[in-house]
Amino acid sequence: MVAVRVEEVLAAAEEQEAEKRRSVVVEKELELEFDLGNLLALDRNPPPAAQLRGVGPQREAQLLALARDNTQLLVAQLWELPAERAGGAGGPLVARLPEPTFRLPREKPPPRPKPPTRWEQFARLKGIRRRKRTSLVWDEQAKEWRRRWGYRRAGGDPARAWLAEVPAGADPEEDQFARLRREKRERVARNELNRLRNLARAHRAGAAVPAVPLHPTGHQSKEELSHVARVARVSTASLGRFQPRLPKEPAEPPSRSGGRKRRFEPLLGNLAAERSRQLELLKDMGSKKPVLDITRAVNKQLRQEEAEAAAAKGKKQSQRGKRGRRQ
Amino acid sequence: MRPLTEAETRTVFEKLGRYIGENIQLLVDRPDGTYCFRLHRDRVYYLSEKLLKVAASVPRESLTALGTCFGKFTKTQKFRLSVTALDFLAPYAKFKVWVKPGSEQSFLYGNHVLKSGLGRITENTAQYQGVVVYSMADIPLGFGVAAKSTQECRKVDPMAIVVFHQADVGEYVRNEDTLM
Repeated sequence: MVAVRVEEVLAAAEEQEAEKRRSVVVEKELELEFDLGNLLALDRNPPPAAQLRGVGPQREAQLLALARDNTQLLVAQLWELPAERAGGAGGPLVARLPEPTFRLPREKPPPRPKPPTRWEQFARLKGIRRRKRTSLVWDEQAKEWRRRWGYRRAGGDPARAWLAEVPAGADPEEDQFARLRREKRERVARNELNRLRNLARAHRAGAAVPAVPLHPTGHQSKEELSHVARVARVSTASLGRFQPRLPKEPAEPPSRSGGRKRRFEPLLGNLAAERSRQLELLKDMGSKKPVLDITRAVNKQLRQEEAEAAAAKGKKQSQRGKRGRRQ
Repeated sequence: MRPLTEAETRTVFEKLGRYIGENIQLLVDRPDGTYCFRLHRDRVYYLSEKLLKVAASVPRESLTALGTCFGKFTKTQKFRLSVTALDFLAPYAKFKVWVKPGSEQSFLYGNHVLKSGLGRITENTAQYQGVVVYSMADIPLGFGVAAKSTQECRKVDPMAIVVFHQADVGEYVRNEDTLM
């Protein structure tokens, strides 16, 4: 009984060893296509007919064998890549993968287009097309080309609009300048309201509408642009961790609260470091004091003059005293 | 309770420097132990490291004060020095004013120091310089700001103010409730 057992054990061990040594070499009819940048191996060989039918442990075993063979081929390809030791002589062997060629499909569905705004619908109905405007306008009074809007724009000089005529049917007591200002304010407010309404409509329709537009609009401020740059940097597969900085971009430590919360030094932090920082601050503050103190110089001058005046008075008195005595 | 930020430290040091000049580093860097400034409820406290470690275990709502209160930050982040800092200002003061015995009481009631009550004043005191006020027996009474420079003090009439009152030890009795 024991001998049989031992024989069985030995046979099993032998079989395992044979299997291990079995296929480093895999035979395939068609060569596989490899995209090592994505660690991808494409097998175009038609599977044997038996595999296509039904589920069962046999099928599982066949699929497993297929996967094992293909993985063996992929790994064999990986071993042929140029490799180097990372982190010095004793580090792990690292292969340098080539650029991926296979285009991966979208993870999320594509964004839906924005619904047209009221003006866009009207323009489409009437056939109105957008005319490109020139950026410079001829200013008749200044006799030169001026911007359409902005610094020193054509016709925007407030000193020019010194007269505001009372229109035909208006109240003569009304302040025309105030009316113009009010109307401008109302126009701006209406414009803003319509812009927000369009945004809300697009949002409700399910279009991908970011709060700050991510494409260049030409009207973005420095803060908006830096926000957009930050979003662009973080929109990679590793969330911007391995993204190199632009030449003049400052290195930003990642703030966990996203710039909302103030953070203070720990209460019982390194007291020696705190002390040295304060001494540095004191030195810095002390070095900024002006070398020549005006008031001190003035006081010194005054004292000098007083001393001279006192000395002169004393001399005069002694002289007068001598004269008196002589008489 | 937290340490002061860079800006707050700068404000506090500037204020202290008006009274003690570069001697602040003797407060920051002491040979007999590590002392530090901490902020608790807008008041700046000066305390040793030992005391700080003990105070750190007190819950924030129950903690009233710790160490010596040097002053407080107002709502607009200006630093106001209080009389409780006098013990640390007096030994390091650069410019001193001695007050005659007759007008000591007037100063302790919160009035300014007039020329008639001025005993001595340090030479070279500039106008609006921070000064520490002493009695003729060299007891620190409080501190203030010089209204006139030493030169001008000699020339003005007896009823002119020479030192603006900022804080005095009489406040311990007058402002007992609001001092801490």
